[in-house]
Amino acid sequence: MNKRFFAIIFLFFSFIVGCNTSTNTSESNLPQETTYIENKGSDTIVNLALAWAERYNQMIPDVSISVTGGGSGTGIAALINGTVDIANASRSIKPEEIEAIKANGNEPVEFVIARDAIAIVINPQNPVNKLTLQQLSDIYSGKIKNWKEVGGEDRPIVRLSRETNSGTHVYFLEEVLRLGDSEKKTLFSPETLLLPSSEGIGAEVRQNPNAIGYDGLGYVTDDMKVIAVAREADGPYVLPSADTVNRGEYPIARDLYMYTNGQPTDIIATYLDWILSSDAQEIVTELGFVPIK
Amino acid sequence: MDTTRKNLREQIITAFIKATGYSAIVFVVVIFFFLMKEGLPTIREVSISNLMSTRWYPIEDYFGLLPLISGSLIVTLGATAIAVPFGIGGAIYISEIAPRSVREILKPLVEVLGGLPSVVLGFLGMLILAPFLREFLNLPTGLTALAGAILLGGIAIPTVLSVSEDALDAVPKSYRDASLALGATEWQTIWRVTLPAARSGVLTAVMLGVGRAIGETMTVMMVTGNAPVMFKGLVSLFLPVRTMTATIAAEMGEVANGSVHYHVLFTIGIALFVISLIVNITATSVVFRQKKRQERILS
Repeated sequence: MNKRFFAIIFLFFSFIVGCNTSTNTSESNLPQETTYIENKGSDTIVNLALAWAERYNQMIPDVSISVTGGGSGTGIAALINGTVDIANASRSIKPEEIEAIKANGNEPVEFVIARDAIAIVINPQNPVNKLTLQQLSDIYSGKIKNWKEVGGEDRPIVRLSRETNSGTHVYFLEEVLRLGDSEKKTLFSPETLLLPSSEGIGAEVRQNPNAIGYDGLGYVTDDMKVIAVAREADGPYVLPSADTVNRGEYPIARDLYMYTNGQPTDIIATYLDWILSSDAQEIVTELGFVPIK
Repeated sequence: MDTTRKNLREQIITAFIKATGYSAIVFVVVIFFFLMKEGLPTIREVSISNLMSTRWYPIEDYFGLLPLISGSLIVTLGATAIAVPFGIGGAIYISEIAPRSVREILKPLVEVLGGLPSVVLGFLGMLILAPFLREFLNLPTGLTALAGAILLGGIAIPTVLSVSEDALDAVPKSYRDASLALGATEWQTIWRVTLPAARSGVLTAVMLGVGRAIGETMTVMMVTGNAPVMFKGLVSLFLPVRTMTATIAAEMGEVANGSVHYHVLFTIGIALFVISLIVNITATSVVFRQKKRQERILS
């Protein structure tokens, strides 16, 4: 027991020492200083941006990327002020923001770096297959209370949602409950269950035929039923998948962006190129987003 | 020489013990001031009518605290209704009725139950209890106040049982002997003599149990559904609720430091603090009054 313990400690230390020597040699071979890239913006993207930054730093230790959240608006504001190199945004840049950047003698350049799709999930026993955005809005705001009103069985609807601090919650509120109309003040029905994790939503949807839930496409498992969604009642009902999201057919999906001041150069250009490579896009899938290719 | 050294040692130890005693007061005061400092700005930032409304949706500045307070109260009352009969009943069995050998197995087992991490109970509740309640009672969902009350009751039972068993055990044997000698049955002795004699200890046990239930966070967050629905009568027990503790736990992680929402969360903390203070003061005053009466009777 004791011996094994010491062996582990020894391995651990030799690992650390090994790491140190390797970085030392690479530094002596390439007498290049560490360069920092400032990356700030959307809270939806922050985890993805962090994962990319970490992986990139492992591959190229000379480039260090500092990632902070704060919201899309904060990121773009920092880009206008020139305090960041790359701004993350979960919405496209507004005309007045473009004007502000131009006033500083720059031109914003947009990169679509990933896509975010929200899947609507129900219990496999529930016969409902499709819903319109309007029906989803009415269900979650409490106007529709029974599955039979949307072509299902005579069962009460149990609405499941992520907690209010999740970016998915806010996106769902804006795009589905308020149907993208920022003037609307529609709120979630107070009876909506707010679950702290994707696992909480999954567990309830799997066992409760009354439940309806939503979550990022990456969190959907085979034992839930995914609903096909249409923009209009007579429109095509589309199931979410990487293909339908990338073709713009699935209605509850958005592009995620990075913006730079002018065409990026040097390190930033290399970094953005890498982000769009299939290697970096694999991380997108791991985090529950949709890769752009 | 020897005595002075002894005195010195004695003094150090006394001072140390005194310090530990006072530290409890210091901690409570410090926590109270911290809560006040972070929570009081709410009064300036949010109108009273907003705080007293029945809608909690902080990202759109709806800060109605009533559904959260009512949610905590329903779950806690439900948990107390379960924990008190089971806890005191179990304590009576272990202390008064069970043979020595059974008692020596039961008591440690109950205490192990008390040490179960609440997140484990939450998992059991989410995956087993909630589906069972939904099917058994034909509810829309099993994630209800009832599920929370049952699990919190389960968490509070070991506390109530263990402390009241100690209290019952401390009742002198002569009380029971006298009662039995007067011709009382075993049940009459327990109900009329032993239990009243252990009253203050049993009450402390109940209060500790209530305190455990109202402060519990992880389990309720996992099984009560967290929907901020206002109290509508007994039916609310079978509906999802959102407790104060779950609200703080779920929202504190992401809230911007110093924002209105942040201050309101601390206001909820103050409300929790005040509620548990009221529970404790009521309990101690009841115990004191009874002690005084007992002293009068004895003198």
